[in-house]
Amino acid sequence: MAYVAIADRDHEQEHHDPQTFITKYVWSQDHKVIAIQYGVVAIFVGLIAMGLSVMMRLQLGFPDSFELIRPENYYQFVTMHGMIMVVYLLTALFLGGFGNYLIPLMCGSRDMVFPFLNMLSFWFYLLSVIILLASFFVPGGATGAGWTLYPPQAIAAGTPGVDWGILLMLGSLAVFIVAFTMGGLNYVTTVLQARCKGMTLMRMPLSVWGIFMATILGLLAFPALLVSAVMMLLDKLVLTSFFMPAIISAGEQLSYSGGTPILFQHLFWFFGHPEVYIVALPAFGIVSDVLATHARKNIFGYRMMVWAILAIGGLSFIVWAHHMYVSGMNPYFGFFFATTTLVIAVPTALKVYNWVLTLWQGNIHLRVPMLFAIAFIFTFIHGGLTGLFLGNVVVDLPLSDTYFVVAHFHMVMGVSPVLVVFAGIYHWFPKITGKMFNETLGRWHFWLTFLGTYSIYLPMHYLGFLGVPRRYYAMGNTDFMPASAQTLNATMTVAAIIVALAQFIFLYNVIVSLRSGKKAGSNPWGATTLEWQTPDTPPKHGNWGHSLPEVHRWAYDYSVPGQEQDFTPQTVPASEVPVGRDHGVTHE
Amino acid sequence: MTVTLIFLAVIMVTVIVWLLRQTLNVQPWVSDAAADAVSGASLPTHTKTIGLTTFLAVATSLFALFVSAYTLRMQMVDWRPLPEPNLLWINTGFLVLASVAYQWTRGRAIKGHNSAVKIGLLVSGILSILFLVGQLIAWRELSGAGYYLSSNPANAFFYLLTAVHGIHLLGGLYVWARSTVKAWFGVDTEAVRLSIELCTVYWHFLLLVWVVLFGLLLAT
Amino acid sequence: MTLAVVLIILVIGSVVFHFLSPWTFTPLASNWSQIDDTINITFWVTGFVFVAVNLFLAYAVIKYRAKDGAKAVYEPENSKLETWLTIFTTVGVVAMLAPGLFVWAKFVDVPDNAIDVEAIGQQWHWSYRLPGADGEFGNADGRLITSANPFGLDADDPLGQDDILVNNAEVHLPLDVPVKLNLRSKDVLHNFTVAQFRVKMDMVPGMETHMWFTPTVVGRYEVLCEELCGVAHYTMRGAVIVEEQAAFDAWVARQPTFADTQAAVAGNAAVGAGQYAVCAACHGQQGEGQLALNAPKLAGQSPWYLKRQLQNYKGGLRGVHEDDVFGRQMAPMAATLVNDAAIDNVIAHIQSLPDNPAAKTIEGDVAAGAKNYAICAYCHGPDGQGYEHMNAPRVAGMTDWYIKSQLENFRNGVRGAHPGDFDGKQMGYMAKTLHNEKAVNDLIAYINSL
Repeated sequence: MAYVAIADRDHEQEHHDPQTFITKYVWSQDHKVIAIQYGVVAIFVGLIAMGLSVMMRLQLGFPDSFELIRPENYYQFVTMHGMIMVVYLLTALFLGGFGNYLIPLMCGSRDMVFPFLNMLSFWFYLLSVIILLASFFVPGGATGAGWTLYPPQAIAAGTPGVDWGILLMLGSLAVFIVAFTMGGLNYVTTVLQARCKGMTLMRMPLSVWGIFMATILGLLAFPALLVSAVMMLLDKLVLTSFFMPAIISAGEQLSYSGGTPILFQHLFWFFGHPEVYIVALPAFGIVSDVLATHARKNIFGYRMMVWAILAIGGLSFIVWAHHMYVSGMNPYFGFFFATTTLVIAVPTALKVYNWVLTLWQGNIHLRVPMLFAIAFIFTFIHGGLTGLFLGNVVVDLPLSDTYFVVAHFHMVMGVSPVLVVFAGIYHWFPKITGKMFNETLGRWHFWLTFLGTYSIYLPMHYLGFLGVPRRYYAMGNTDFMPASAQTLNATMTVAAIIVALAQFIFLYNVIVSLRSGKKAGSNPWGATTLEWQTPDTPPKHGNWGHSLPEVHRWAYDYSVPGQEQDFTPQTVPASEVPVGRDHGVTHE
Repeated sequence: MTVTLIFLAVIMVTVIVWLLRQTLNVQPWVSDAAADAVSGASLPTHTKTIGLTTFLAVATSLFALFVSAYTLRMQMVDWRPLPEPNLLWINTGFLVLASVAYQWTRGRAIKGHNSAVKIGLLVSGILSILFLVGQLIAWRELSGAGYYLSSNPANAFFYLLTAVHGIHLLGGLYVWARSTVKAWFGVDTEAVRLSIELCTVYWHFLLLVWVVLFGLLLAT
Repeated sequence: MTLAVVLIILVIGSVVFHFLSPWTFTPLASNWSQIDDTINITFWVTGFVFVAVNLFLAYAVIKYRAKDGAKAVYEPENSKLETWLTIFTTVGVVAMLAPGLFVWAKFVDVPDNAIDVEAIGQQWHWSYRLPGADGEFGNADGRLITSANPFGLDADDPLGQDDILVNNAEVHLPLDVPVKLNLRSKDVLHNFTVAQFRVKMDMVPGMETHMWFTPTVVGRYEVLCEELCGVAHYTMRGAVIVEEQAAFDAWVARQPTFADTQAAVAGNAAVGAGQYAVCAACHGQQGEGQLALNAPKLAGQSPWYLKRQLQNYKGGLRGVHEDDVFGRQMAPMAATLVNDAAIDNVIAHIQSLPDNPAAKTIEGDVAAGAKNYAICAYCHGPDGQGYEHMNAPRVAGMTDWYIKSQLENFRNGVRGAHPGDFDGKQMGYMAKTLHNEKAVNDLIAYINSL
């Protein structure tokens, strides 16, 4: 096929402006509406998962005080909380939400390249959420197998939800993977093919790079989850023995034989580890853009940042078995996976250095999104460093399956990405809604969330050192734990409740600001990237009015010496930059 | 996992090397008139082709993982290979012919021979359906001979792999049906041509997957 | 500005917390001091980075906070700095990884003089096996497991005849002798962990895993299951007792071999009838139980359970708590049964008594009780019939007031207080899920309806 010039490519996509409320807001094919739909559903399930975590914390902090939290329920909460947060909130929000909103706007295209598929992606996602939540209401309730769903226990007696819950969970995951694949094809193809004139790959903002690489990881890794889910469904429903060895259940021999539970673990973590980066890479990208914008400084070492994203993405496929050091797999694997795991620390550390160096010699405006972004650096350093404990195979021996693990992954995969989610929401709120949010409420939300989460998870590491195992409904009396450990647990529970309540400040802020927020200009932060240069705020269907933008520079021309403004949008050609009257005093 | 790792290594290396070549010597902060003039599309092909290629990468990942699981599970002691029905050779023949027919149709479509395209599409589709029917008969033969899904992991994998492959082919047949209807009754020859080009790639892909799976089943 | 100050406070606070925290590693009781050393190296390296980078971050936020007329420096990159940072990071990573891999190589390599011990996990109990005089384990297979052969040993394998079976959650190990702990599971994944030993490994059904360590300090250590194994995962506790070789040998000598367990003769009901005369005074001629005398129904109760409780009474595991008034009455009675054969005879007689459902004395909300019973059903069975495999006795059709009093005892730690009574301790955790008397009554009303 002949090469099609960019001007003609604009017509390859059909853009019928939606006419009715239904086509505009419900069956919408507009990437911005789909992004908001994704975002709203993800935050809704996220709130449910947060509620579940409060229930767990109540039991841990004040054991045997709440009649409604039985052991079965506790394990169901553990499972659903984990799965919702990792898959249905973070993956969906970063890629379905931020990815959908930002990719076309930041790349200068009118929409995703396959808008119909994009719409289907959302509806499949919603379906998967409904199936998942339905599992609370079936006989036996949701599955309590832990979010890792390890067989045989996930489909053997002794686990809650073994009849229906696990089926709905696996079914929901399968539907989610279909939804993700439909969205992912869009994100990859749009980045590759629908950028506007002048937007070379190296001129793309890091948000797009992060989301792009995360999508590639997701597309290649989610099949592993699908494969394991399908095989486990067959083990459960037609008694095949993929993962199931000969076992005894409730005193009786089951008809399984010969299967290997370790195979499931390999498949699961082959998805599960890249999944960490599916969440982390978009966060890396978004935080880079927020930092650069509010520090009025170019991101330091842009090229290094891009290559680090590529390196992390590539390496993330050969570290999976560091989740399985004590699984009983061949112990010699430990040497290989410990090495790859610690190697991945190098590009990750470089990203951290570059964020800090971006602030160095900047002109830092501590607005709400910036607060969240800087707090992210802090928590991510903490979570990243504790990862070096767990990645180093021999240090993992005492710490594996303890609260150290729980604290580590919440710090690195819970708190850190969530701080970025809020940084992103506060940062783009003016563009998405056309209104400014309430700064004071935003600050309250920030301080309670940041300090609250840190006071949950810092002490939690120390319970892990002590040897408190994870996934224990109650610790009871043990020989080796001081009674003060329970006091610590109670304190963490109080902090968790405060953090949970603080999220309602955020919701309230969104509602109030939507109704009566100050009108935002098209570019309130003075940002350079394309989404801030749209003719309308919020951008209309098709994004760019009559003609697509043209890009003349990279995404980080902040405080360029000799230019009047401290930012130069990507659309400004070299010849049109206001030069000469540079009032600013450069630091040092 | 070796199979999957090799596949992913290949794909990740391809992606990363390609991206690095695009980005290695670029200093994006230097204003560059040549870059200003660059079209945003990275690859000189239709977006739908890129979409399909990406999907094929996903599907390959899926099959590679199934094959990995197969080889890992095979090492367990209870593995009892099952006899492959000879019918599978005939089915393979149908799928090869379907692929060839699609290739031929594609050539006709590019040259604009609409009547040949109509025939070619029908032939490709019928051959593919014959393949699927053949697979179903093979299933019946096996289960008739007592090789049930749950009696041994080798059986389970046979049914599972053939089913997943068949589902992918069914998906292809949905697109085939749409373009056939368009070719016979529609007017949009351009869209039909693109659809045929993509389907041809997809059919070759499914043929390749089937040959690999069939080879694996025969070899073990 | 506030943010920078808070960041500095958090850094200092975290370091102070680290050094002052009473919550830290338990005292080491095995040879794995090198694991602790590697952890310490990791602490120093990561601690340095944590403090340095965050203080630099806070400093940058203070120094370069927005000022009127200020302008940021434009610096796209600095290859020299980035190269140095890469080298610096790589050195730090190597400093942690190299000792880690060195120690792991030791963990992977089991010493030749290690003795073999097998730990077996099942929902939610531990048991152990020692290879016996010949030093080799006989074949075992989950498919051979029956109530008479709970370890699933191959009766035709001569190597297995002298295997020592420990059907108890407590195992003894000799001091300063390397132990290769072979791990098996009967049902789902489990994980054998003793915090003080530092090492742990999963137990995987269908395969055997292992790990090794040398206990170096005499004492009693709690074993925890650290791989989610179902709803009672958190109650799966055991113990390792490390003692001098001589004491260990004496303990081993007291344990039955596989051949012993298979050769056990059934109790003689006729002889037992005579001994039962003592019991009949309280439990009734027909073993029907008497509320007035606080003696529960025995007829129809699972025989293995009766045996274990009699052994517990005799061994001081039960009936010693000062608040356990009736248990304390029972303990001397149990002592009149001089040996296991006498116990077997009495139980054989009890088994011959007619099993009529006990009178129902407790009222409650059956529907609410059904919910409470859901978790009980995993071990005691959906019909309350009990499962020997799960160490859970029959509850349906037994004296309901007795179940109630025992639930109270379990909940208050009156029963299951002895560290060796693992089943009792487990029931303690479970009884705590019943928050008040109504919950207990409802539960028993449901059991009465079974």
